[in-house]
Amino acid sequence: MKDVMGIINLVEPAELLKDLTNHRTLGAVPIGGRYRLIDFVLSNMVNAGLRNVGIFVQEQYRALMDHLGTGREWDLNRQRDGLFILPPDYRGEERNSGDIEILHRHYDYFERSRQDTVIMAGTSMVCNIDYQKALAYHDEKNADITVIYHKSRGPSNLSTIFSLNSDQKVTGIQVNPLHAKEDNVSMKMYIMSKQLLMELVDLCLCRGETDFVKDGLIKNLSQLNIYGYCFNGYVASINSLQAYYKHSMELLDPNIWEELFFRSGLIYTKVKNEAPAQYGHKAKVSNCLVANGCMIDGTVENSILFRGVRIQKGVHIKGSILMQRSEIKENAMLEGVILDKDVVITEGKHLLGDPGYPLVIGKKTVL
Amino acid sequence: MMNKACIAMILAGGQGSRLGVLTKRVAKPAVPFGGKYRIIDFTLSNCANSGLDTVGVLTQYQPLALNTYIGIGSSWDLDRKHGGVTVLPPFVRENGGEWYKGTANAVYQNIDFIEAHNPEHVLILSGDHIYKMDYAAMLTYHKQRQARATIAVIQVPWEEASRFGIMNVDDQNKIVEFDEKPANPRSNLASMGVYIFNWPILKQYLEADEADPSSSNDFGKNVIPKMLASENDLYAYPYSGYWKDVGTLDSLWEANMDLLAEKPSLDLHERNWRIYSVNPTQPPHFLADQSIIQDSLINEGCIVYGLVDHSVIFPGVRIGKNSKIHDSVLMPNVTIGENVIVSKAIIGSNAIIEEDCHIGQGDPGDEQELTVVAEGAHIKSRSKIATTAQV
Repeated sequence: MKDVMGIINLVEPAELLKDLTNHRTLGAVPIGGRYRLIDFVLSNMVNAGLRNVGIFVQEQYRALMDHLGTGREWDLNRQRDGLFILPPDYRGEERNSGDIEILHRHYDYFERSRQDTVIMAGTSMVCNIDYQKALAYHDEKNADITVIYHKSRGPSNLSTIFSLNSDQKVTGIQVNPLHAKEDNVSMKMYIMSKQLLMELVDLCLCRGETDFVKDGLIKNLSQLNIYGYCFNGYVASINSLQAYYKHSMELLDPNIWEELFFRSGLIYTKVKNEAPAQYGHKAKVSNCLVANGCMIDGTVENSILFRGVRIQKGVHIKGSILMQRSEIKENAMLEGVILDKDVVITEGKHLLGDPGYPLVIGKKTVL
Repeated sequence: MMNKACIAMILAGGQGSRLGVLTKRVAKPAVPFGGKYRIIDFTLSNCANSGLDTVGVLTQYQPLALNTYIGIGSSWDLDRKHGGVTVLPPFVRENGGEWYKGTANAVYQNIDFIEAHNPEHVLILSGDHIYKMDYAAMLTYHKQRQARATIAVIQVPWEEASRFGIMNVDDQNKIVEFDEKPANPRSNLASMGVYIFNWPILKQYLEADEADPSSSNDFGKNVIPKMLASENDLYAYPYSGYWKDVGTLDSLWEANMDLLAEKPSLDLHERNWRIYSVNPTQPPHFLADQSIIQDSLINEGCIVYGLVDHSVIFPGVRIGKNSKIHDSVLMPNVTIGENVIVSKAIIGSNAIIEEDCHIGQGDPGDEQELTVVAEGAHIKSRSKIATTAQV
């Protein structure tokens, strides 16, 4: 895929995940025991053969840069092309919100890249998708833009919804409607020529517009041939804390686990060189996802344990997500809780959240 | 800190014939260990953690897996502009070539490699021992004593001393005598096969050893005894900590089981001395509702529906419903069907055990011998595989 480049657009409404995005951009939110959200879209791009990926970041991106490094884990440490992290470049001017401005700031990057076609995506849609198929569809339809969507009935107030005609041509786009008539939910992934993307970005900017979808697509819908490509696989749309919790728990279904981590290609992430998980004599663990480096000597049910979690004797954990290096001391009880990284829960503490409103304990808290 | 003042040469060409079917297709240093690693990871990680940046790995027997595994050394941070890791197989010269005849000859044949780095000291290591050791501290010791050579030693139980090369030392740890596998050992300080030499001196001895047609060109048998006969300042460097030569199937099994103690003497979780390895891309492992896991190590990518007790499970292993794994080692990508019992066994990589099989001599808890299933074996349903059958 020498002639396709990837754009990962991190200008996303991160505040939806509350405490989990206080100090990190949405793409850097840990998920699935050892990943961060960005790993899925980035791995999907690499698995489709893309060798030039630009990551447009806006703020709170230290954790993300640390995670991505030189792009080695994704085979993107290349002599030519490779991984480009493109931070904002404000020169004392007032900044607009929205992604148009930041895309425009790096016009040079587009000009210099030798690829003709672009896949642009955010990080909130967790899936294992074969972009090759979507690219073939894009060619077959001779589309100006191909948007990828999935079928989902549910609250639409945090989704972009497409109206499609019988030929899959997009006839309408609604952003965050309260009551959507259709169930074609955008996966916020777009295929188009680099030339068109640059034109749209420039057009929006000189009209004082800020948003790629609202201004770039919706306002030009009549002049563009936009087609929808339906993805039928598993999609976790991480647009709220409740969705984060719900979709995390779905990974405890082995069919979803298999599909998400193995189907079209492998999902790469930063390697930590942790030892295998160690289970002690008192360990009782069922229906759990457990990463390396964990040491478990208590009872854990229906939970996800990230790398390096320590669980002592007498501890009872149910329906919880414990991020990297959390430490739970003797006889503590947790239910419906999300622990951010490096949290310590001291002896005998009881914490209770609810699946509909999980209790989040912030990074490095000692309770 | 160490710099080009010292380079390491890792002897990794051994067949490890006593590991039977496990070394049919790979050299002993490439045999999987500890739910995640290959044996050579320990030596390579020790080099990286000791600050060594130039390492030669001498390969000979079945090198494909080992070469692929080491690659450019990036997993151990040994992909360097100056130095790094170099795999050194035997090669053909202008006037012919030959295989490595012995450990000393292997290093002798790579004198050009060593000279290219022009080091003050050369550290000779084995690629088939499990231990954590700071070679920088040993080098400091070597320099402080102005030794000609320093040999790391470990106290072994007296009853086992006659299996090892034994050092007799004076009260300053100066080596006075070396006994290769003595019938009546006078000391229990065994050589760990870890040597530091001053390079000019070693070079001289390697050349002399090569010129001696009666020599079997081995460090332990020939070079060290010859140095002891004519040099004064050879020192023993006492090491205390976990060290295991996994030379046999039983010792390989034991070393894996050692990791399952409540406080294992080999701590794999130590953050300041990580054991690096090539990480397969696998998601966290999944333990089903009905699974029971205790006293075990389990790596990523596994799916477990059955019971795992006191066992070491490598990545990508599948264990079916109602299956019971006791006191065993399951190497990468092993598939275990339903209603299988595995008791005191080592199952080689990619083996498939169909449903209703019984692997192992007896029932869990019985006194029993080890059973080994070869890499890639396919055991049909309702088979019984016991002890000696190294399928």
